[in-house]
Amino acid sequence: MAITQSHDLHRRRLGRNVGVAVTLVAFIVLVFGLTVAKVQRGGTIEAFDHSFRPALADRYEERSAP
Amino acid sequence: MTDINASGTQAGEAGFGDYVALLKPRVMSLVVFTAAVGLLLAPGALHPVEALAAIVFIALGAGASGALNMWWDADIDRVMRRTARRPVPSGRVEAGEALGLGMALSGIAVVMLWLATNAVAAGLLAFTIFFYAVVYSMWLKRATPQNIVIGGAAGAFPPLVGWAAVTGGVALEPLLMFGLIFMWTPPHFWALALFMKDDYHNARVPMLTVTHGRKATRRAILVYTALLVPVAVGLGFTSVGGPVYLASAVVLNAAFLRGAWAIWARDEATAEADKYLVEKKFFRLSLWYLFAHFGALLVQAAANPWIGG
Repeated sequence: MAITQSHDLHRRRLGRNVGVAVTLVAFIVLVFGLTVAKVQRGGTIEAFDHSFRPALADRYEERSAP
Repeated sequence: MTDINASGTQAGEAGFGDYVALLKPRVMSLVVFTAAVGLLLAPGALHPVEALAAIVFIALGAGASGALNMWWDADIDRVMRRTARRPVPSGRVEAGEALGLGMALSGIAVVMLWLATNAVAAGLLAFTIFFYAVVYSMWLKRATPQNIVIGGAAGAFPPLVGWAAVTGGVALEPLLMFGLIFMWTPPHFWALALFMKDDYHNARVPMLTVTHGRKATRRAILVYTALLVPVAVGLGFTSVGGPVYLASAVVLNAAFLRGAWAIWARDEATAEADKYLVEKKFFRLSLWYLFAHFGALLVQAAANPWIGG
């Protein structure tokens, strides 16, 4: 049997679910935006592999010097 | 079919708005504004998205401490007319939910502010939440008539957090912004306590009006306002000040001091006769006072390129 009666409770519950959904989506969008902003600026990001890093090479040479 | 027919016990089921109300949106709007001013006036600049995230998470932290406060204070909120309709005392949200929401949002706000900006800003935010929820709500509010004075620090932190989000440290300017809100809070709340006569008394909150009487409260309003003036005007002589801010500050402080004087000069019978007209006017002015000071700082910053400030 389908539930046909609607109660104020259902309205509130729907409102709450929609509210939580919107909040979560907003949070995801914000974190994604933050990620893009941080990557674009790239200040503290240094590739740890796949690329040559002169800083590491210098350190290696210092260590291996007699 | 019994769980659908829920008109009885579950009529109190909370809507989304009730959870939003737990975060004290009106306090949050002031936090957003003052934090944004601190953030915008600090030397250096954040990426716009980082700035937005910083303000969102500062506001969320403030909201979380509001929820914790409502969890702890539900018993006295129930007694006071001004707060009886809050979600917890009215029964729409359970006290445990307020605690859970407050704790979870505190954690999220602090960690996210750290990731978005830096550890100093996040640490200051964590301290703000601790100060409001524990130092003010749990320790001071019910114990001492100085509750408002020291508790006011919690509301004064946001511009400091905003500044730290950009610079990673603090300086004289945000400390004076802190001082402005800190010194402003007691006269603001004591004026409220003067005309919300019975509320604090019924709830047994040791407001100055209850412990030291109304005459002492009137004197305290004048004293704190007099101490507030040099802080507010002094901010005009720092790097964020200038002619626009100074002119606004002088006018606003003259008006505020006049209001405080009028409150001090009155006795209870006169106030009773005109239904606390002067106290209510002073309270409304106090809201504008704070808003206008921070607004003037923004206008000053916007005007600086033109006036060579």
